[in-house]
Amino acid sequence: MTQTMTQPGQPRLEVQDLRVRFDTDEGSVLAVNGVSFTLGAGEVLALVGESGCGKSMTAMATLGLLPPTATRTGSIRLEGEEIGGLGQRELRRIRGREISMIFQEPMTSLNPVFTVGHQIGEVLRRHEGMTRKQARARAVELLDLVRIPAAATRIDEYPHQMSGGMRQRVMIAMAVACNPKVLLADEPTTALDVTIQAQILDIMRDLRQELGTSVVMITHDLGVVADIADRVVVMYAGHVAETGTVDAVFANPQHPYTLGLLGSVPRPDLVLADAQDRLTEIPGVVPTLRQPPTACVFAPRCPRADQTCLARMPELTETAPGQRAACVHPGPAEAEQKEAMRV
Amino acid sequence: MSSPQSSSEPVLEVRGLRKYFEVPRSRGGGRVHAVDGVDLTIGTGEVVGLVGESGSGKSTVGKCIVRLLEPSDGEIRLHGQDVSHLPERRLRPLRRQVHMVFQDPYSSLNPRMQIRDVVAEPIRMHGIARGRTARQLVEEMLERVGLPGEMHSRYPHELSGGQRQRVGLARSLVLRPSLLIADEPVSALDVSVQASIINLLLDLQRDLGFSCLFIAHDLATVEFLCNRVAVMYLGRLVEQATREELFKHPRHPYTQSLLSAVPLPDPTLQRQRHRVVLAGDIPSPVNPPPGCRFHTRCPVAELPLCQDSDPQLVDHRRDGHLSACHLVRGDGGAPDVTAPRLATTKIERGADPVHHKA
Repeated sequence: MTQTMTQPGQPRLEVQDLRVRFDTDEGSVLAVNGVSFTLGAGEVLALVGESGCGKSMTAMATLGLLPPTATRTGSIRLEGEEIGGLGQRELRRIRGREISMIFQEPMTSLNPVFTVGHQIGEVLRRHEGMTRKQARARAVELLDLVRIPAAATRIDEYPHQMSGGMRQRVMIAMAVACNPKVLLADEPTTALDVTIQAQILDIMRDLRQELGTSVVMITHDLGVVADIADRVVVMYAGHVAETGTVDAVFANPQHPYTLGLLGSVPRPDLVLADAQDRLTEIPGVVPTLRQPPTACVFAPRCPRADQTCLARMPELTETAPGQRAACVHPGPAEAEQKEAMRV
Repeated sequence: MSSPQSSSEPVLEVRGLRKYFEVPRSRGGGRVHAVDGVDLTIGTGEVVGLVGESGSGKSTVGKCIVRLLEPSDGEIRLHGQDVSHLPERRLRPLRRQVHMVFQDPYSSLNPRMQIRDVVAEPIRMHGIARGRTARQLVEEMLERVGLPGEMHSRYPHELSGGQRQRVGLARSLVLRPSLLIADEPVSALDVSVQASIINLLLDLQRDLGFSCLFIAHDLATVEFLCNRVAVMYLGRLVEQATREELFKHPRHPYTQSLLSAVPLPDPTLQRQRHRVVLAGDIPSPVNPPPGCRFHTRCPVAELPLCQDSDPQLVDHRRDGHLSACHLVRGDGGAPDVTAPRLATTKIERGADPVHHKA
């Protein structure tokens, strides 16, 4: 078992000015542009935004899982130790053991020709040097930990014999097999029904309680963020648009993009009170950046955009204690929000 | 959405609909009871939501109504006419009345057709109009769904997901059908795009006045969009009521559990809620559980009653709020599975979900 040696005050994971560029035939694409965040022990941090805003790419870059066409700069520190510059061999020792990842579609991440027990055991044999027998016993414990009923018999099943929810549990069991310090979860519940999503979120809550795992949760579902995350990073076009505690960002969103996202989903509590008769649309699409922006990247879709927004890309600035937004005109703007809902 | 107008004759009347699929012997044999006795009525201009987990049979209901599938049993009446077993030739005129929009806008459009031809196809097939009149109908419809003139000569691959779903809506509505079956029309789209398609559907329904069966697993969207909601579990309807009734006073333990599982996008509210987390997965429709189909996952099931006897969908107070549960009392009162005592009950680790009981 890996020892956790976090010193008080030292973050588990610290990402500083992360940048990812892809060189394609049609020129460079800037996928991640100066993303920084920290993740404390046992903390759940949510990365939210539309498709193409760079959330998954941020996670892949953190794990060193980028394709060869990508160039990454910036620092990634795991408990103070720089892992950004490590080679593939050293990274393989860290992946699965210190940091692991779960993906949206468990069927494509599990090998169809091996039993789930074999696949979980492989992680343990490789990283923990366990024997087959030890690994099998531990795999049963792990399946039990993620609440798979009759773990001792289901361990011999193949992925296709399991439902989507069960497969996602197997993925989680594999991911936490070596008790990693950090778990990156990329849309882990998106493909699942709400009842199964609730089960998976409960399991993740327990893991954090029992093992103290820190979690980076990538999602587009603001309900999931409200349910499980402590802090949130709202991403747009590879930039951090807004960040802060979940309570602060939801109660007092400052960036118009955050406001747009919050208004674009039906709110059961508001609908029944007849307080929401229309959803907020964010016109246009997330742009593909080919050059560093000279204006606010969100300006073309922003209801507040004016000349000052076109001068330069705004920096993240503190708007309230523990909350920062990259906007020239931050603020909740009640009137604007109401108007957008009523029109 | 706007309140439905009262009308003597419903647009759609489904009675005792059943659809079974035979499993080939090579794959274990048996019979999938995908839809197993569903009654559903949709009035003029009414928007009815059909919700349930994957595998509940909701899409199969939609496909039977548009007759992409032939029902195994039961009646489907469109404007009074039984269409459940009509041969293809005689279905033709009815295909003007009912149209379907699919979940995946990427695979439901012909990649080799310009979008103006995609939308013109139903007009041509039904011989509604030709030449300039047809072109005008197409252009008017595409404008209506928010696709301006310069887009009309594009091909589907040149469009974004949201734009493709707009084309799908234009094609479905160009003949002004009286009923639209929308099968998860927004679930493949990004959140901000979902919002624009939902708003568009809201506008189109208000302006054109069609009735709609909105099939979805996303309860919040259904709540936002629909006048009435039917909840489906393992091939059966377990509850049906107006939107207000269903979301404010859900009676069936399954509806209550489903509602409590949807996380609210408000951290304060979400963390104060008492939730019930259902154990296990939806059982196999090849061998649905005896008695109440939900009893294996129900946190308040009373054995042996719920295991022995199959509850009927009953309108307890004759107010249009129907539920199929033995525990709902004659006055419509029902156990609350999200009450603190029950909701704090966690699933036992490794517990056999089949016998899990709070």
